Amino acid sequence: MEPVLAVEQLETEFVTNGGVFKAVDGVSFHVHQGETLGVVGESGCGKSVTSLSIMGLLPKKIGRVKSGRIQFHGSDLLDVPEKQMRSIRGNRIAMIFQEPMTSLNPVFRIGDQLAEAIQLHMKLKRKEAMRHAVEMLRKVGIPHPESVAQEYPHQLSGGMRQRVMIAMAMSCNPEVLIADEPTTALDVTIQAQILDLMRQLQEEEKTSILLITHDLGVVAEMCHRVVVMYAGQVVEEADVDTLFESPQHPYTQGLLSSLPQLAGEQDRLESIPGTVPSPLNMPPGCRFAPRCKYRVEACEQVQPGLTDMGGGHRCRCLLVEKGVAR
Amino acid sequence: MLQFITRRLLYLIPSLLGIVLITFILSRVLPGDPALMIAGEQAPQHVVENIRTQLGLNDPLYVQFGAYVKQLLQGDLGVAWHTGHTVLEDFAVRLPATIELGFVSLLIALLVAIPVGIVAATKKESIVDHISRIFSLIGACMPVFWLGLLLILFFYSKLGIAPAPMGRIGGDILPPTNITGLYLVDSLLTADWVAFKQSLSHLLLPAICLSAGTMAIIARMMRSSMLEVIGQDYIRTARAKGLNERSVVYKHALVNASIPTVTMIGLQIGYLLGGAVITETIFAWPGVGSYVTESILATDYAPIQAFTLLSAVVYSCINLLVDMVYGLIDPRIRYE
Repeated sequence: MEPVLAVEQLETEFVTNGGVFKAVDGVSFHVHQGETLGVVGESGCGKSVTSLSIMGLLPKKIGRVKSGRIQFHGSDLLDVPEKQMRSIRGNRIAMIFQEPMTSLNPVFRIGDQLAEAIQLHMKLKRKEAMRHAVEMLRKVGIPHPESVAQEYPHQLSGGMRQRVMIAMAMSCNPEVLIADEPTTALDVTIQAQILDLMRQLQEEEKTSILLITHDLGVVAEMCHRVVVMYAGQVVEEADVDTLFESPQHPYTQGLLSSLPQLAGEQDRLESIPGTVPSPLNMPPGCRFAPRCKYRVEACEQVQPGLTDMGGGHRCRCLLVEKGVAR
Repeated sequence: MLQFITRRLLYLIPSLLGIVLITFILSRVLPGDPALMIAGEQAPQHVVENIRTQLGLNDPLYVQFGAYVKQLLQGDLGVAWHTGHTVLEDFAVRLPATIELGFVSLLIALLVAIPVGIVAATKKESIVDHISRIFSLIGACMPVFWLGLLLILFFYSKLGIAPAPMGRIGGDILPPTNITGLYLVDSLLTADWVAFKQSLSHLLLPAICLSAGTMAIIARMMRSSMLEVIGQDYIRTARAKGLNERSVVYKHALVNASIPTVTMIGLQIGYLLGGAVITETIFAWPGVGSYVTESILATDYAPIQAFTLLSAVVYSCINLLVDMVYGLIDPRIRYE
């Protein structure tokens, strides 16, 4: 089956006063219809930049896609003219952001903010768009949607605002929903509700979700497949069961062993020593090598490629590539 | 809302009282003897003394102050010695000229500054941005009197395209029939095109002169608040919806960016009133500003105090208005 969205060898650069650096370096992944793909990694690993590259929303003049392709229904989004891109954005590919508190415009009513995109993409009259907006608010579980539509963002809680954001993103039935840390700013009980809501909407609409998160708990609960990113590269890709059962990359292993477990022995949680390398000063070999406990001399000189381990499981590690036991 | 306005108007009372006190004291400690000015420099000593007693200038300061406040409460702003009219009468004649000048200046400032500020922000580091930065710097730094003289020198003396800086209308033209006292409005209402053209051409130079500082500051303010808003998450949301750049900037960003700009505009209206004193003097504009200059030169207390009081009242009312406009723009602000 053809994937709905396929990112191929994406390289995104940022121009800063300190120089040009690659925030995303050769990232590839794809997502099928109705599938949830998790993109996991620490802050600064390039996961948000990847999503902004897909949306064509990189900060002007500072960020630019250097090379690669973003295939969406046979056309490369990087070649699509801005006008056509606008008809895709918010319509066929929608996005929700991390900060529900600041992602809604404080001076416009909730209903107007929703109806705006509906009017634009579905070519509806204002009144019908408004009715559809209220319907969407009801769908995302907002009580009294008619009156909430008349309210302003500051009158709603964070969880309610994120529901509004989801309603806004889902209002034009997008084929792909990019959710960039959608629950990070919310407290745990609300997190679960929001995730449930996303899953339920996905089942109804067969939406593909690109779920960007640093929270492996969210990944375990939501995703079918996972891409692990480190320092601008994909270091491991697998379906969710494989990833949690037999992670191959030392970084993925480190992430998993830093999770608290309810069952089993109660040792101190492991942590990964060191920090993410600066994008302006990447190690010449494997980017994770300076922090890796299995590193051998070759790791610091040779950039490992992605090794295909069968069943869609790929891993970027020299030792895995050479079949060396650790 | 009504309660809020009432409360704010009540707050006005103590501040006005303070202003009355300060201007009263300031004008009393200024050098110069009004009695001598009225009597004339050659007048014998006893005549001057007589006038001084009549005016109550020999009374202790607190008695003078009490008398002044009592007068004010009766709506009496005093008599301008140097014109022989009451201050109220003089104001009635001269205020429309100042209002017309101030209003047109503000209009020019806003019409230029707001679009320039928006473009400078959306096209940051572009040629428009750089040019506007240079002009803003000049506009904000240039003293009004110097700019006024340069404008006269260039547009009147050298190019000859502006009329002589002598009042509101050419000496050989009849002013339009007095309806509002604003020549532009009156000449429009009476379809007096000659007077309209004349008064517009007389108005332009002083209005540009007065608007320069305001224009510069509002343009910079508009730019910086626009830049701040454009970096906000909700602007990214608006873009992610697929809106075009025009809707993003002129709908989603502009309303938010206008909030701090409105404050600045309010403050600038107060500044315009002060700037009018100098501008009107340079262009011989017969408004309250030049009236105040004349009064200062004639050591005429009453008009100076009245003008200061007027400025304070206008300033406070504008600020109240600004606060009310906030409530209209920003739904997070509600007045109970």
